[in-house]
Amino acid sequence: MRHPLLSFVIQRFGSGLLSLVVVSVLVFIGTAMLPGDAAQAILGQDATPQALSELRQELGLNDPLYLRYWHWVAGALQGDMGMSFSSNRPVVDVLIPRLINSMILALSAAAIAIPLAIGLGIVAALNREKLLDRVISMVSMWLVSIPAFLKGYILIAIFATHLGWFPGLAIVRRGASLGDWANALALPVATLVFVTIAHTMRLTRTAILSVMASDYILMAEIKGLSPRRIVIRHALPNALSPILSISMLTIAFLMVGVVVVEAVFSYTGMGKLMVDAVAYRDLPLVQACGVCFSLVFILFNFTADFLSILVNPRLREPKA
Amino acid sequence: MIRRLSPSFVLSISVLAGLALVAVFAPFVAPYSPAEIRAAPFGVPNAENLLGTDALGRDLLSRTIYGLRYTLGISTFVTVIACTLGVVLAIMAAVRKGWVDTMIGRAVDSIMAIPQIIFALIVLAVAGISLTTLVCTMIVLEATLFFRILRASAGDIAAMDFIEVARLRGEKLHWYIFREILPNLAPTLIAEFGIRFAYASLFISALSFLGVGIQPPDADLGGLVRENALAISIGRAAPLVPAFVIAAIAIAANGIVDWFVHKYSIRSELGQ
Amino acid sequence: MSFLEISDLLLKAGDKTLLSNISVTMEKGEVLGLIGESGAGKSTLGLAAIGFMRPGCHVASGEVRLMGQSLLTMLQEELRQLRQQKVAYVAQSAAAAFNPFYRLEDQVTELRALQKEVSKLERREIARSLFERLQLPEPEKFGRKYPHQVSGGQLQRAMIAMALLNDPELVVFDEPTTALDVTTQMEVLRVIRQVIAEQQCAAIYVSHDLAVISQISDRIVVLRNGVVVEQAETRKIIDNPAQDYTRALVAHRKVGEFVGQPSEANAVIEARALDLGYGANTVVRNVDLQIARGEIVALVGESGSGKTTVARSIAGLLPPRAGEIFMNGKKLADNVDHRTDDIRRRIQFIHQLPDVALNPRQRVRAALSRPLQKFLNLSGASLQKRLDDLMDEVELSRELLDRYPGALSGGQKQRVCIARCLAAEPDILICDEVTSALDALVEDSILKLLWRLQRQRDIGILFITHNLGVTRRFAHSVIIMESGKIVERGLTKDVFANPGQEYTRRLLASEPTTRQGWLDDQLATTS
Repeated sequence: MRHPLLSFVIQRFGSGLLSLVVVSVLVFIGTAMLPGDAAQAILGQDATPQALSELRQELGLNDPLYLRYWHWVAGALQGDMGMSFSSNRPVVDVLIPRLINSMILALSAAAIAIPLAIGLGIVAALNREKLLDRVISMVSMWLVSIPAFLKGYILIAIFATHLGWFPGLAIVRRGASLGDWANALALPVATLVFVTIAHTMRLTRTAILSVMASDYILMAEIKGLSPRRIVIRHALPNALSPILSISMLTIAFLMVGVVVVEAVFSYTGMGKLMVDAVAYRDLPLVQACGVCFSLVFILFNFTADFLSILVNPRLREPKA
Repeated sequence: MIRRLSPSFVLSISVLAGLALVAVFAPFVAPYSPAEIRAAPFGVPNAENLLGTDALGRDLLSRTIYGLRYTLGISTFVTVIACTLGVVLAIMAAVRKGWVDTMIGRAVDSIMAIPQIIFALIVLAVAGISLTTLVCTMIVLEATLFFRILRASAGDIAAMDFIEVARLRGEKLHWYIFREILPNLAPTLIAEFGIRFAYASLFISALSFLGVGIQPPDADLGGLVRENALAISIGRAAPLVPAFVIAAIAIAANGIVDWFVHKYSIRSELGQ
Repeated sequence: MSFLEISDLLLKAGDKTLLSNISVTMEKGEVLGLIGESGAGKSTLGLAAIGFMRPGCHVASGEVRLMGQSLLTMLQEELRQLRQQKVAYVAQSAAAAFNPFYRLEDQVTELRALQKEVSKLERREIARSLFERLQLPEPEKFGRKYPHQVSGGQLQRAMIAMALLNDPELVVFDEPTTALDVTTQMEVLRVIRQVIAEQQCAAIYVSHDLAVISQISDRIVVLRNGVVVEQAETRKIIDNPAQDYTRALVAHRKVGEFVGQPSEANAVIEARALDLGYGANTVVRNVDLQIARGEIVALVGESGSGKTTVARSIAGLLPPRAGEIFMNGKKLADNVDHRTDDIRRRIQFIHQLPDVALNPRQRVRAALSRPLQKFLNLSGASLQKRLDDLMDEVELSRELLDRYPGALSGGQKQRVCIARCLAAEPDILICDEVTSALDALVEDSILKLLWRLQRQRDIGILFITHNLGVTRRFAHSVIIMESGKIVERGLTKDVFANPGQEYTRRLLASEPTTRQGWLDDQLATTS
């Protein structure tokens, strides 16, 4: 009998890996089915058939599809994801700094949004059907419904144009100080917080309410424990597992948010890079961005799942 | 009956119905053609151009009304098709189980392993940006989400003993779908339809805002925001009107869902 | 002044009255039994006695005084102190009432953790001695386990340990053995009896089972629809009840006549050497079974014995690993999907829980019409006539035909399920624990109905149950299963009068009766 935690990790790791393979195959086949190919793109429309076929030979484009996929994967594993058409630089060199920028943006937003959302969710649940809960629910519904770019522009209109506290464009130069970073990122991060907070808050509220309806909460009350201890020691730990395991959607919201917010604030992150690459049809770059986003997404989900198992004794501890 | 309708529900329904009417009768409602150049670029709102003019001097109100057509039309079409697909697949998977269920489940899982917007961007890059590609991509994405929710609910229903009673009686697939499962699935389905409709309108707007959705000279509401982004960043508010209309659509749809979910849960409590 | 005084209590949830006009007193060290059907308000009263109201409930008028203090006018903080130190509660489902997040020792001694001076190590020692007192296995290791890692009976004992932590003056036991098998119930009852005696505390014992309550309590309060029907000394309630309702309850528990000989007809259904299982587990081995027309065969066992698995296999819901099922000498397809409509009609199945066996979105009329249309090709006026007849046959008002199941009571729903099976005019009826979710008196009426129907229509019944009392009153012959095997079979009267196997003897001995001193005898013989 294997330990449940270990078998879970192996299973989820396997399925994460499988997802990644599926993603890469989709991306690769999608690109390979295109009319025109890398050789055409490099040499341009006026290239002679002779030159084209030579370059194809050289690039290995005449190999069977599975072999080309294998070369592509092998290259990617060694950090070689091909050349970007539009900038004529290795994709990895273009990608890495942008990835770092996006991670800074997304993680700062998550660091604020997650505790805030869980806190507000608990407050709403404890004041169920009272005024405060209704206000929180109403505001969260509005936040879900307002497009991310509108949130961004409203914040710009108030805090950049009207009050002049923060810049409306998040342009950070290399070697900027921490203060400069914070100043430039204030509005994009705030926008992202608003994009992600509503969903997590609603999940938390539902999870807490369903836990609060359990018999063991009733038992804790009958034992004479204080309301505070009941919520913090008895309800919250049990609500954590469902909150974490459904947080996949929250992470997806964060991804959409990153792409849109970077466009609103002209922030040089991976989202903007990918959108521009789509517009230029710079396929190696699109491929790389797609795989990279998916990888981050899969990693986040794996972590969320893993943590949700870790905080749930019923899944963590073997039965007998 | 009427007394049980809350004000916010009545408001939500009226907003959606009003916007839908405007979209359907756009040629009669819009003061000008959306393509007609009326005045200088970024003209301020006045009696002739109620919302002012855009970067090329076209009437912003007229463009917003026609943009609404795109946004509502695409969202409705996508949601209806995706919902139908999702329902059929979910019930089939829940009743048949076995390899059918596994296959559909795996396919949905792999699509959901890629963040939605990233999936859309990849497809649009590979297949090229066109209305057909946009609509098909959105249908696939929305159908997977419909499937996820409905498969879970249909699975709960299929695990009930009355389904076993039907099996013992030797009923056929269509009986399960239309007599046993769909009537019990209906509340979840309606609520999910509203949520997905709101999401679809936000999603197409986001794509157009990013410049990979509806292409100029046509524009949906998201595209209008993109076209006029410059004016917004110099402090003009009128170009944000299309963005507020998107928000109104989504808020109204979610408002109807909230009312419905609330009413349904009260109903089910009284029923038991 | 009495230890506990409840006077003129009126308790409401919104506009709904849960308890009214309740006046009950009890003395120090006394054990009070609260008995009633579901919805009678017995748990609500048990909780009110320790000053606890479920969320949404409130006391409209009346008084609850415990040890001289009025619980209803106390400050919240005082009430919490009282519950921490003076009173305790043991819930019905220990599995739900333990927080799955914490180890047992931490939960059992949680109230001590509120005191700063008690160390973790001391708490562990306190837990260990409590577990030892309740005869839990390996008391030093038991506390390290999480609730999901121990059995139902052990968890119930751990909950009693938790209740004893602060040497309470009053313990409320809320149906503590209802979710347990009879033999496990026996163990827990023994522990409760011992604990009450050692502790010399007062106790309120809430149950729907008159036999259990009569063994534990000194005095019994009979509740119905939130009102006290009768209260008296235990022996008086059992031997000489004053009210009709109490008389009906007591009569139900009295051992009835053994039913007569089964019919001599040939078996309609015959199962030979069935092996059954799910996934990698084989849960039933080598089961043979025959059911004839006009015969009631009870298949009896505790949870996990495989009795329901056998029933499902005969119905064609679980194809056997090995063995065959015959109907009138012809082999049946293993899977119901491959059987003919005629076979499906002849074998009907009634589920345990009528709530989920009826589609909540179909009116009774639709539910009953379908088998008539499908199996008998009825339509129009003849169909409507048949529907009316069916309702008459199961003693339901014809007006209920146009109701949804949600608007029916549990007993009414089960009658609709029975009518749905009768509509198919079956030869064999498989009843899977069909009365176990129902109250005692409703159970009796359903049994009477089935008894009448099987004679009128000459149906054979396979009756799956864990309830020996029901078996004794209802079945011609009995098959006893343990861990997937048949341990004993025979005519009910023979097996009950003269059990041939150790397991059967233990099973019969564990079944509570209202006889005075039964529990004491059991304690004497087993220890």
